[in-house]
Amino acid sequence: MQTALEDFFRALRAADVRVSPAEAIDAHRTVDVVGFADRELFRDALCATLAKTADEVTRFEAVFDTFFDRRSDALPPPAAPEGQGDPMEGLPPEAQESDLARMLMAGDGAALAQAMEAAAERAEVSRIRLSTQRARLTRRLLEEMGLSEIERILAAARRLGGPGEAGADRLEAARKALAAQASAYVERQHELYASGSGKRLREEMLARKALNAEGGIDPVDQAMMQALVKRMAKRLADRYSRRRNVAWTGHLDVRRTLRKSMGYGGMPFDIVFKTKKVDKPSIVAICDVSKSVAAAAQFLLTFLYSLNEVVDRLDAFAFSGRMISVNGVLDDHPVDTAIFEVLKQIGFQQTDYGKSLEDFAEQHMDRIDRHTTVIILGDARSNYANPRLDILATIQKRSRAVIWLNPEPESYWSQGDSVMNRYERFCHVAKTCNTLEQLERIIEDVLRTYIPH
Amino acid sequence: MTSSAEAAFDAAQSPHFASIDALVSGLDEVGYIASRRIATSLYMAVRLQKPILVEGSAGVGKTELALCTAALLGLPLIRMQCYEGLDESKALYEWKYGKQLLYTQILKDRMGVALADAPDMDAAMDRLHGMGDLFFSEPFLEPRPLMKALQEPAGCVLLIDEIDKSDEAFEAFLLEVLSAYQVSIPELGVLKAETAPIVFLTSNNVRDLGDALKRRCLHLHIPLPDAALEKKIVASRVPGIEGRLTAQLVDFVQSLRGLDLRKSPSISETVDWARALILLNADALDGEVVRDTLNVLLKFEQDIVAVEPQVAELIRQAEA
Repeated sequence: MQTALEDFFRALRAADVRVSPAEAIDAHRTVDVVGFADRELFRDALCATLAKTADEVTRFEAVFDTFFDRRSDALPPPAAPEGQGDPMEGLPPEAQESDLARMLMAGDGAALAQAMEAAAERAEVSRIRLSTQRARLTRRLLEEMGLSEIERILAAARRLGGPGEAGADRLEAARKALAAQASAYVERQHELYASGSGKRLREEMLARKALNAEGGIDPVDQAMMQALVKRMAKRLADRYSRRRNVAWTGHLDVRRTLRKSMGYGGMPFDIVFKTKKVDKPSIVAICDVSKSVAAAAQFLLTFLYSLNEVVDRLDAFAFSGRMISVNGVLDDHPVDTAIFEVLKQIGFQQTDYGKSLEDFAEQHMDRIDRHTTVIILGDARSNYANPRLDILATIQKRSRAVIWLNPEPESYWSQGDSVMNRYERFCHVAKTCNTLEQLERIIEDVLRTYIPH
Repeated sequence: MTSSAEAAFDAAQSPHFASIDALVSGLDEVGYIASRRIATSLYMAVRLQKPILVEGSAGVGKTELALCTAALLGLPLIRMQCYEGLDESKALYEWKYGKQLLYTQILKDRMGVALADAPDMDAAMDRLHGMGDLFFSEPFLEPRPLMKALQEPAGCVLLIDEIDKSDEAFEAFLLEVLSAYQVSIPELGVLKAETAPIVFLTSNNVRDLGDALKRRCLHLHIPLPDAALEKKIVASRVPGIEGRLTAQLVDFVQSLRGLDLRKSPSISETVDWARALILLNADALDGEVVRDTLNVLLKFEQDIVAVEPQVAELIRQAEA
């Protein structure tokens, strides 16, 4: 039973229920207390020790039902011998020596199931990771059970002819049933151990996918990436949402210490230190929404909007030829589709960084104060217009930090109409950002600067 | 074996913990109608000596479970309400500063007499070291709920209510108490529980709890009950209520939960409502009575406004 439980833990982990070694030990202790006799009690008790959230409880129950489902045992292979007499009748003598042949012909379901479990262990079926391995593992499982013997017996029986044919037909049918059962068994193992891993593999790939890839992003991937961005944002938000009071060691709060000491006749028993409250970031995001950057802009906005628990204030602006505030659009539409609304309003103009910065300086400069982090997303390709470096310099002076995210690699920054190398001087950070992974890392850096060490 | 393990063995030996069924009926006697899953979790918590983390929306009986367990076992209940800013001086222990102050003054007065006949400084220092250092000692310790729970000689039920309202740091500080049933006091060393208490933590999911804390606990999620269970609960909590009214009001509440409300009524609201109806001498639901008492059931003005026009329809459904 030890191995069965270990396999069960692995299946749980595959389903994203976290089972640490300590929990595994607890589970073993649980089983010692409750035993296996009462299935419901066994399930509830294990559930209490292993599943730690309401969500995990649902997943636990699904895995439990699949894992401890032994329906297939109740399917004896249809090998009932016709009439009375020896089930092995008509088969060549080597059939007597094959355990598998005897079990098949006798229709011994329980013994077959046991043999299959043992063979599965030898064939390491539970190590299955990908759906493409199913056919191969089924084959190996059957071989481990001794399929080659059966084939030999079949061939020999066919050679005998006469009564051998009838026996061979029955054995053939039993072999087919066994193959179906083995395939169902492997399918179940796949469902238990591998259904999640394919998805995880795909997500890892998407996190590194270039956002300005030729031909854009597949709509199927798009949905998955949106979900991924939201999850990344949730992870960061969880980490930074804790309001911490960071003690300023060494700075005595004299006033509060004196006040506290009153209760003890002026003796300063309680020493109070000054603390500093961690302020939440306030962010101004300025996104280029020209064709080459639009996808990245969409994910950046999704990311920032999903961070609303940890971000104090978020103002978003979009530009190509001119700049507009997109706060209103983002409030009215779900973030996933808001970018299309924005494109409807200002898309398909010729990109002009200088004009856009002018618009910003005229209308929205008051949005920036010394608490604000400005995140600019764009390729800095301004079609040879005046880049208005002076405005960016003003923004830099007024803000806490200016971060420029450029989807292009650094080697392109001074080529053609790119003025990135000139803008770069006025940025605290200028980075290539072309995958979700890079995006996550940069946003985390921004959040971290607000937490004093 | 340590003394704590033996003593907790006694709690597990109580006849109520002989089997799940015994526990269900035991809880029933003290007025808690437990589902099998709840009873299993409690049973495992006592058997494995682990704290139990109870989650669920407000009013499903999380706190009540702890109260009833204490009543069932005849153990004292020590309750600690968590809130933001709760720290160890309020949860665990504090020094009795005033008495410590007096002690130092007495010490100062006596010191001259005690050291008067010492020939030189070294001898005086030796004598000083020879005296017991009482400044940081147990008589000057003011125990707070957690420590009180560890000091109960016969064990107790410790209820740490709304752990999700406390700070991250406090949660980390609880880990030692919860896994080893001991506390470390820097000045004194480790104090270990004589008898491990039965610990309940409740959470409303205001924030996600840390994995370390979750790992140390058994997890129990109490969902809103189904109609049959809720009827049993109302009948047990509101003695003297008629079966027909119970059925009617529970069905009404159940259908309310199907609506899109800001706060669905939970068990405690159902029970309160049943009591209110008894006080008003209502023997059946009718539109007027329901509209008058809707504020017992629903806690937001917009919910009441949304439900009011549907009351007649909902009563018809409940009767069907």
